[in-house]
Amino acid sequence: MRITVCIKQVPGTSQVEIDPVTGVLKRDGVESKMNPFDLYALETALQMKHQYGGEITVVSMGPPQAQAVIREAFMMGADRGFLLSDRRFGGADVLATSYTLAQGIRAAGEFDLVICGKQTTDGDTAQVGAELAETLGIPHVTNVCRIHDADADTVTITQDMPLHRLTAKIALPCLITVEKGIFEPRLPSYKLMRATSDREIKILTLDDLADRDAKHYGLNGSPTQVKRIFPPEKSDRQERWDGSETESAERLFRFLDDHKFLQKLG
Amino acid sequence: MPHIAIHQDKITDIEALVGICPFGAIEIVDGRLEISAGCRICRLCIKRGNGVFELVEEPIATVDKSAWRGVAVIAEVEDGAVHPVTFELIGKAKELAAKVKQPVYALLIGSGVEPLAPLLTEYGADIVHVYDKEDFRYFRIEPYTAAAEDFIRKVRPSAILVGGTPAGRSLAPRLAARFRTGLTADCTKLDMAETTDLDQIRPAYGGNIMAHINTPRHRPQFATVRYKIFSIPPRRPNPAARIVRAELPPAKLVSGIEILHAELKERVRGIEDAEVIVAAGRGVRKPEDLTMLQELADLLDGRLASTRALVEAGWMDARCQIGLSGRTVKPKLIITCGVSGAIQFVAGMNGAEKIVAINSDPEAPIFNVAHIGIRGDLYKIVPKLIAEIKRVRKED
Repeated sequence: MRITVCIKQVPGTSQVEIDPVTGVLKRDGVESKMNPFDLYALETALQMKHQYGGEITVVSMGPPQAQAVIREAFMMGADRGFLLSDRRFGGADVLATSYTLAQGIRAAGEFDLVICGKQTTDGDTAQVGAELAETLGIPHVTNVCRIHDADADTVTITQDMPLHRLTAKIALPCLITVEKGIFEPRLPSYKLMRATSDREIKILTLDDLADRDAKHYGLNGSPTQVKRIFPPEKSDRQERWDGSETESAERLFRFLDDHKFLQKLG
Repeated sequence: MPHIAIHQDKITDIEALVGICPFGAIEIVDGRLEISAGCRICRLCIKRGNGVFELVEEPIATVDKSAWRGVAVIAEVEDGAVHPVTFELIGKAKELAAKVKQPVYALLIGSGVEPLAPLLTEYGADIVHVYDKEDFRYFRIEPYTAAAEDFIRKVRPSAILVGGTPAGRSLAPRLAARFRTGLTADCTKLDMAETTDLDQIRPAYGGNIMAHINTPRHRPQFATVRYKIFSIPPRRPNPAARIVRAELPPAKLVSGIEILHAELKERVRGIEDAEVIVAAGRGVRKPEDLTMLQELADLLDGRLASTRALVEAGWMDARCQIGLSGRTVKPKLIITCGVSGAIQFVAGMNGAEKIVAINSDPEAPIFNVAHIGIRGDLYKIVPKLIAEIKRVRKED
């Protein structure tokens, strides 16, 4: 089975702040890492390769530094790596990102299954997977919590929905997004690190893609525009209790009583 | 192609300019400034770069906005009942549509769902389009997308609101990609301009930042909103409303997904339904200490919930996690104990009517959203509070 896994480099911390005075993002000393949700997607691919054979391709989009997460994927067992990196991809929203990824996945060759993580920790939208599937023209299933079986034409999975667990057989090629915890991601291996240290990461620029129309990428290919960013508003009626703990506990008791939260129910 | 041009001649302090970019995309190459692929065109360099950076844009075609009218809500049906997020969205759609004097549509897809259509009108939908067929019994992406696509092509609504549920978060992006238009996830505020441009506000960059997002040149405009962000509007008869039955040709119902088995999950009373929540954060030192907070929750007839950190540590079940990657709650009261208040958490609970925060760090961001911010040690305050409640209950 030829499996493609989409991975992303994200800031190592989610504590990004905005300076309320200057309006500038503060990202001092922020390290980068692989989006934690992608580790589950990669592990799912590795388990499936172990079971059914095949090849794992990882595709990422980002600045040249994002090669680091592809190296990490090699150290976990991925076979091939592609990085979509071009200034002209900058400022991409969900649509332009999924379009660029779709072009990159096609440029990387044939595939049977695309696996994405549930979401990223920096964008938190959980939308790219579904838009990517539509752009690739293949079915998709989100919230996959189990892989049961796969053959040349289908993969059988369980999808975790709010009320049901649905077990479904999906025709290949298709895309799935997997839940955290579907498998326990392995650690990068030192042996693989040495074995893959000179493995090529293919950098894809706009010129390497089938559609070279710059209007479909980056800010230009993005229907949504960020009009402005601002710090979250503070709530209006605010009290601060800085007294002793005993005093605060008593005040809180009176507050709960006044607001009828202490009425014994049933 | 919009891009950022650099006026090398205007540079005075080259090192300082490199520091402007939050994404590290401004680099010095052979003594000249360059912008790398890390650029997200956030425009901060234009604002802060003393004229060195300039955004060069080319005119881009804009859709005829007058051809797209009305605000539509894609209803969600779970096990024969309308998910309450649908009513919340219809209420918001009504507000938005009133600003531009346009109708509110609801799209109802499912199997045996037609009897639910009048309910959608009672919450404010002017016209309900119903696609009722056995093929829609379970949410499968291709038939659902086909039905919604059919509806959108016929009705041409300007904006489409979708619940931020697993099904909604699967369907909305699929549709947005099909119509090659914009989608903004997890909006926490929505407004509509006279141009019918949807003003969408959401937490962004996973940090303590809000982003105001528009889809200025494309229609329709898609937005997803999580459950309990907006309020359910009052329900009243709406005799002027219309219900339209629609059919899809069999070819549109084909799916590559075959449901083999559906298992109904054990119903757990979720934190979403709780009127009172006690939320535990990293200030809780060890898992055994959660018993104390559980006791407080029980005394208030509430539920114990937590931040992401405690779920990741394995101390709490993921279903009890509040925040962007957990649940959104809107209780009457939430008491946060040792919660710092990262935006991902706050986005999941700032709709609470009363927010009480206990934290020993006077600078904790949770105090920015708390109605009552108590600076102090939760290990001293909570046991005293529990003792006091118990004492009074005993007297009664």
